[in-house]
Amino acid sequence: MMRWVRRLYVGLIYLFLYLPLAVMVVYSFNASRFSMAWKGATLDWYVKLLGNTGLMQAAAHSLLIAMVSATISSLLGTFIAMALHRWRFPSRKVIHTSLFVMMMSPDIVIGISLLVLFMAMSLPLGFWTLLMAHVTLCVPFVAITVHSRLLGFDRHVVEAARDLGAGEYEVFRHVVLPMVFPAVLAGWFMSFTLSIDDVIISFFTTGPTFEVLPLRIYSMVRLGLKPEVNALCAIMILVTAAAVFLSQRLLKEKP
Amino acid sequence: MRSDGFFKTAVIVGTIAWMALFAFVPNVLVFLASFGSASPENFIEPGFSLHNYARLMDRSHLEIMLSSLKLSGLVTLVCLLTAYPFAAILARARQPWRSYMLVLVVIPFWTNSLVRTYAMTAMLNTSGIINSVLLGLGIVKEPLAMMYTPGAVVLGLAYTLLPFMILPLYTALERLDRRYVEASRDLGATPIKTFWRVVVPLTMPGIVSGCMLVFLPGIGMFYVSDVLGGAKAMLLGNFIRDQFLTTRDWPLGAAASVTLTALMGVMLVLYWKSSSRLNAGSQA
Repeated sequence: MMRWVRRLYVGLIYLFLYLPLAVMVVYSFNASRFSMAWKGATLDWYVKLLGNTGLMQAAAHSLLIAMVSATISSLLGTFIAMALHRWRFPSRKVIHTSLFVMMMSPDIVIGISLLVLFMAMSLPLGFWTLLMAHVTLCVPFVAITVHSRLLGFDRHVVEAARDLGAGEYEVFRHVVLPMVFPAVLAGWFMSFTLSIDDVIISFFTTGPTFEVLPLRIYSMVRLGLKPEVNALCAIMILVTAAAVFLSQRLLKEKP
Repeated sequence: MRSDGFFKTAVIVGTIAWMALFAFVPNVLVFLASFGSASPENFIEPGFSLHNYARLMDRSHLEIMLSSLKLSGLVTLVCLLTAYPFAAILARARQPWRSYMLVLVVIPFWTNSLVRTYAMTAMLNTSGIINSVLLGLGIVKEPLAMMYTPGAVVLGLAYTLLPFMILPLYTALERLDRRYVEASRDLGATPIKTFWRVVVPLTMPGIVSGCMLVFLPGIGMFYVSDVLGGAKAMLLGNFIRDQFLTTRDWPLGAAASVTLTALMGVMLVLYWKSSSRLNAGSQA
């Protein structure tokens, strides 16, 4: 009896999580433009999507910024994690705490504080400011992921390498990096999704010269339901699901 | 050995410099801006007055803040009550089912929340799924007006933020040592007493971090209230955005943002207290 109650409950939660997404994916194939009534299957909306140059350009911008910011964040985050793990230096504790605080900070607080920073530096809003903003968003996630993986390792491995004459850079390149590489890759995927999903921070830190996909969707969604948007959202759901599978695989690999 | 020191110094200095520029300076600037006054040329005239904080206490502003806190508090409560039993079942599920079930939670966790908010409109519209089903079954005669209500905003926020509550609760419940629960039962405690006196305190860090991950975005996610609430439900996030982009009253927006940051600080302290109490307990 209890077992069935539990199964029912779990089923209901999954239904709640997935029904809206499933409905959207199904309706992205609906031939009818104006109503929710089913008028047969079509790929028209996907074809229309490909023909919408503004949208395609925003998608290309989003992919570019996600890949570049994920790569920079993975590098920076790994260096920060290594610095926190390997050396004692002033402000080390403060930095460790700040990374946690940044991870927890509401996006709107990060967004406006970076906007104020860019205005104070009188930088024009566009590609470079958006890139810096996304790197700021992602670095704490990479640093914390890599750092917690470093904590799981035996410190003696690094000490042995040092005793055998490896310099700090060699230790990093040939000992630390291979050990944490799965965490770095997982951090890359995490950063990629964080960047491509972000609405709020992009909203404040990019300008009209560099439009990204979530902001484009935002302006379309405010005008109501549209089948092209359904198709676009369906694609984004699939891409996210693929990224989740990949990063889960990478994290599961034990050292 | 010289390159040795160089690498180490470069990494440490780089870390400190990056954190200072992108974590420390922006927040200090917002903090300082909240004491200034608005100026048409440079956005902010530096100064030192509590004027903006006093303005936040105006009746209309206070109302927005309180209603936003209430809304987000309700969302957090709904998420906590639905996610806790779910996470408990998940944490005790057998492998390999548990991994599959977990991935099914992680996918919506990472899916664009704007996309998920938009998916909710297809459910709630007058011509949406819920209304079609209700009309089809003859339960209602007229389509229900569910969009553009505070209820729709609560539902939309709960929908987008539920995975953020499930995952920390799952982590805490999975780590929970079953032997404590068994010991409590063996010593004669009822299941209810065991739950409140053993399970809840041991999973407190998960509860607090889940609540934080729902409550704080619940205040700031302005696009959810834009898409689902129309102009009727205003979150503190909408207010801050409007101060920065429409009204151009940056100092007032900065003061609101500092208030939100202070709220986060209080919640972080609660989190650290709850987890350090646990660590102290396990060492004793």
